[in-house]
Amino acid sequence: MRDFLRAYPTEAKLLVVLALLCAFLSLASPQFLTLVNLTSLLNNNAVNLIWAVGLLVVLIAGGIDISFAVGASVVQYLAVMALMGMGGGGWAVGIALAMALGIGLGLINAALIHGFRIISIVVTISTFNAFFGLLMFFTSGKSIYSLPDWLSRPIYLWELQTAIGWADIRLPVAVMAVCLFATWFLIRRTTTGRQLYAFGDNPEGARRAGINIWLMQAIAFGWCGMMAGIAGLMQAHITKEVVPNALIGRELDVLAAVVLGGARLGGGRGSVLGCVLGVALVAVAQNGLNLLGVSPYAFKMVVGIIILAAISTSNIDLAAMLAPKRRDRE
Amino acid sequence: MMERIKQAFGPEVPGLLGFLALVVVVFGLTAPNFLTGANLGSIAFQLPELGILTLAMLIPIISGGFNLAIIYTANMAGLTLAFVLMQFGGIDAGVGPFLLGTVLALAVGALSGAAMGAVIAYIGAHPILVSLAMMIFLRGLGEFLTKGGDISGFSAISGSAGAWVVPWHSRAADPVWPLRAGLACAADPHAAWLCRADGGVEPESHGLFGCAYQADLVLIYTLSGVMCAIAGILMLSRFNSVRVGHGEALLLVTVLACFLGGVDPFGGFGRVVPVVIALVVLQVLSSGLNLLGANQHLSTAVWGLFLVGVMILRWGAGRWKERKRGRV
Amino acid sequence: MTDSPSAIRFSNVSKVFGGVRALQDVSFEVGQGEVHCLAGENGCGKSTLIKIITGVYQPEPGAEMELFGERLSAITPNVARQMGIAVIWQDLALFPEMTVAENIAFETMLGNRPRFVDYRALRARAEAALARLEVTLDLDARLGTLPIAQRQVVAIARALVSDARLIFMDEPTASLTQAETDALLAVVQTLSARGVAVVFVSHRLAEVLEIASRVTVVRDGRLVGVYPTEGMTQGRLTELMTGKTFDHQVMARDTSADPVVLEVSGLSRRGEFRDVSFALRRGEVLGLTGLIGAGRTELAHVLFGMAAPDAGRVVLEGREVHFASNRDAVAAGVAYVSEDRLALGLIQPQSISDNAVLSVLRRITGASGLMSPKRQEDLVAHWVRELAVKIGKPGDAVSTLSGGNQQRVVLAKWLATEPRVLILDCPTVGVDVGARAGIFRIVRELAAKGLAILLISDEVSEVHVNADRVLHMAGGRIVGEYDPRDTTLDALEAAVYA
Repeated sequence: MRDFLRAYPTEAKLLVVLALLCAFLSLASPQFLTLVNLTSLLNNNAVNLIWAVGLLVVLIAGGIDISFAVGASVVQYLAVMALMGMGGGGWAVGIALAMALGIGLGLINAALIHGFRIISIVVTISTFNAFFGLLMFFTSGKSIYSLPDWLSRPIYLWELQTAIGWADIRLPVAVMAVCLFATWFLIRRTTTGRQLYAFGDNPEGARRAGINIWLMQAIAFGWCGMMAGIAGLMQAHITKEVVPNALIGRELDVLAAVVLGGARLGGGRGSVLGCVLGVALVAVAQNGLNLLGVSPYAFKMVVGIIILAAISTSNIDLAAMLAPKRRDRE
Repeated sequence: MMERIKQAFGPEVPGLLGFLALVVVVFGLTAPNFLTGANLGSIAFQLPELGILTLAMLIPIISGGFNLAIIYTANMAGLTLAFVLMQFGGIDAGVGPFLLGTVLALAVGALSGAAMGAVIAYIGAHPILVSLAMMIFLRGLGEFLTKGGDISGFSAISGSAGAWVVPWHSRAADPVWPLRAGLACAADPHAAWLCRADGGVEPESHGLFGCAYQADLVLIYTLSGVMCAIAGILMLSRFNSVRVGHGEALLLVTVLACFLGGVDPFGGFGRVVPVVIALVVLQVLSSGLNLLGANQHLSTAVWGLFLVGVMILRWGAGRWKERKRGRV
Repeated sequence: MTDSPSAIRFSNVSKVFGGVRALQDVSFEVGQGEVHCLAGENGCGKSTLIKIITGVYQPEPGAEMELFGERLSAITPNVARQMGIAVIWQDLALFPEMTVAENIAFETMLGNRPRFVDYRALRARAEAALARLEVTLDLDARLGTLPIAQRQVVAIARALVSDARLIFMDEPTASLTQAETDALLAVVQTLSARGVAVVFVSHRLAEVLEIASRVTVVRDGRLVGVYPTEGMTQGRLTELMTGKTFDHQVMARDTSADPVVLEVSGLSRRGEFRDVSFALRRGEVLGLTGLIGAGRTELAHVLFGMAAPDAGRVVLEGREVHFASNRDAVAAGVAYVSEDRLALGLIQPQSISDNAVLSVLRRITGASGLMSPKRQEDLVAHWVRELAVKIGKPGDAVSTLSGGNQQRVVLAKWLATEPRVLILDCPTVGVDVGARAGIFRIVRELAAKGLAILLISDEVSEVHVNADRVLHMAGGRIVGEYDPRDTTLDALEAAVYA
């Protein structure tokens, strides 16, 4: 228990807060702790979580990416155009295409950052503008409503009829689970992942230790782009349309959730668990407000307060509170 | 002459002025209506609030921070003034309510800035994060208060307020001492280390380099908030309406102008004049492209590509200088 | 160890960069298990030599290189690493967010081809490395939570994981207390006993003489010589490094007739220092020396209002003062320039003028609350004149100034607060021996103008030459007071390092 607290202090705190929130909501609203509500929470946040783990890798490597949500729009549009151009395609081709396009956009960021030694926030603000501007210019802001059939048909992986309606889990949740696992595996279990942490933590130290810096940037931004692409395709699948300016603005909400989950701007810290908890906390809070009948206009305000509060209490050390003697021993 | 310009306004200025001239000439030749009074007037029309918002962004960036909440702070200040005016009869409200509303609006801006500054300074949280949270909060608050709609139809006084505003003064923020002090903190590696060290901020250590670090940070963000409020009041009086999210696109323009104007993204260096010129360049680019038949989105893309281009040129220039130095 | 081959033996090493000779015919030899010191001023070629030994640079043809008895025609970084040569840079190059185990066994995670991380093997290797150092550390602790001294141990352990047989340590004790330095030295002894050679690169001459058995001195890219540390003095070593004979002529004057500016009596702070009393007079340079950890800096912090004393009085110009913060201290006329401030206290891209007024921004703001360019100009002109700073224009960037003139600007920044008492805490840390004379010239000039100066330094010779009186602090107490005019440097060094 203490080891967990020590290794994941932010995550532990979030878990406590999330548990308290859930306990409160399950008492306050009978609908909260129902399968229907919980599964719809999952379905609705799959895309955000896919983005979140992509962004996590960039944050761990010490960068920041503002352009991924716009990148996802670009991927959506290009992928759907290409798929229709080749006469429809299918899931395998679609996902591969989305991943490849996403990686491509990510590599543009990485190349600019590494090649010209520009900091990532400046680069991604630029590519944010460039991607979005070009997308809107070439598409004239027109949406695509006629998607290939396989893409627009919802796929239910599991469903159950309950007293208050159908509870189901759809494809994006499974894709999300795969993305979470892949990211966890990358950053915890492979040497490349540990190098990413090291690079984010102390870039100069990493360089001296012989880590290939360009490779680190490419992997981090490529991974983020790939996740953005997958999320973009999933979003198109869910909404059954491609609207070029639908995703812009989501990047900051995702960023807030990821940082809430313990990833650090500046690199070297962050976990998949934290991402999940960060996204979950925001989602559950909104869901709870909704169930309690609070005006939807108040949601964002509350989310802002939650994040501010989380930041303001970020220095409280749970591990130290559980084991007050530890300091004396040191 | 060149040296004196560089001395007085910063090393970026000649290059930016040159580029501005180039852009003006190119558009003057290619776009028929570019060099007309009406067009130049329309370029100038947007500059005051954009300029003030850019200053609101510039101040925190120089101190090594960031303020993502500028647009919504401006919106909230505008809303405050709007509410006061509506309370006093909307279209019939007089000078008294307008002044009261203005004071309250400035107070709202100052308060949101001070809150951010306090969290950044005393808790040591990352400015991007704090201002992001503040942005989300203010956006939510605004939408909650307006139910996502807009408030419009104010008094004649507020409508004409836009005309009162003299072309804003470029050195407005320059001589303010907290800015300089914050700048010192940002550029001092020791200070930077201190404020980045997680929770390891020892208040007393900051005195070592001769500035009251935390108090200054609060002041810096308060100042930024006040500037946002001024911009918000301007926007209200110009459009005679307030909507939360109005001017959202300007956020990135201000950041672009700062980086284009040679402000160090890590803080510690930045001058007002080059940033203003950069802003004018961006506006001229946008307007020229517009006249050539391109839409706003193409200018957005061009802005982005332009910033990357400038950063690459700067990188190239740095390499060239280094090599030259290496040879000597 | 005489019959075994040397750890490294280099001779005829030269290196030319774009026509500039960085090294010329240098030889360098370290025995196995030897603790050696490489001494020289910044820019003398020390780091070029290290980079050649570690394969980062290739020497000019004609160099003879021998590692552990094996003659090599060329060394690459990989070869050097495989032969067991490691460098621990001053900033350690560790990863504060990762665990101790990961930091120590980081080597196992390198390589471009992804592999699985085997945390168990990782821990085992880390444990083994620490065992060789006879040190125990919590392997799961985040590195950032460890004190610097333990991080140093982690860095050494990391070198051992890659089977280092020769470790270069760059300024290893720069931020350690005396107790920590002792612990580090114990580790170095252990290493040495196990046949691992250690080469120190250090500015702290006293420490160099204490640890190493031999010292190699390099100056202007040439070998000056290799000397046993037995019988070597700091003064002699300084002369060898700079090539100048410094007249260790004592500058002390009798200031006992001048009025007392700062009087401290019975000052104590628990765990830091006890019962400290002294008087500082107008125009006096009062030296305060002692080993690291003697409580010197802690005392300075109390005098500067950064910590409150538990007992005792501080009387400034006849009035007893209680500082709540260092801003009170500045207002009352105390200025404190901490270690490394003389090297780092400037914003390089900003102008000389803007840097100089940073600490007094409030003073140059006019009635409007805005800065007055006129007042700034006057103030800067005044200090440029007073300190004889050689500048082009006040608007030039500080980065255009020479090192010595930059130090004058830093001092100007502090003097602009119009202090009566100036506390200089190790003003020459990180400053070349040759450039130090310039700092002390300014210090003497300031004292001559009536400023009372408390000069803290761990280089005994510095205070001996430059102070009017010398206080010796040890274990948190003032244990002796010396007049440099009737105490020899050797006697003072003997007292401090006893």
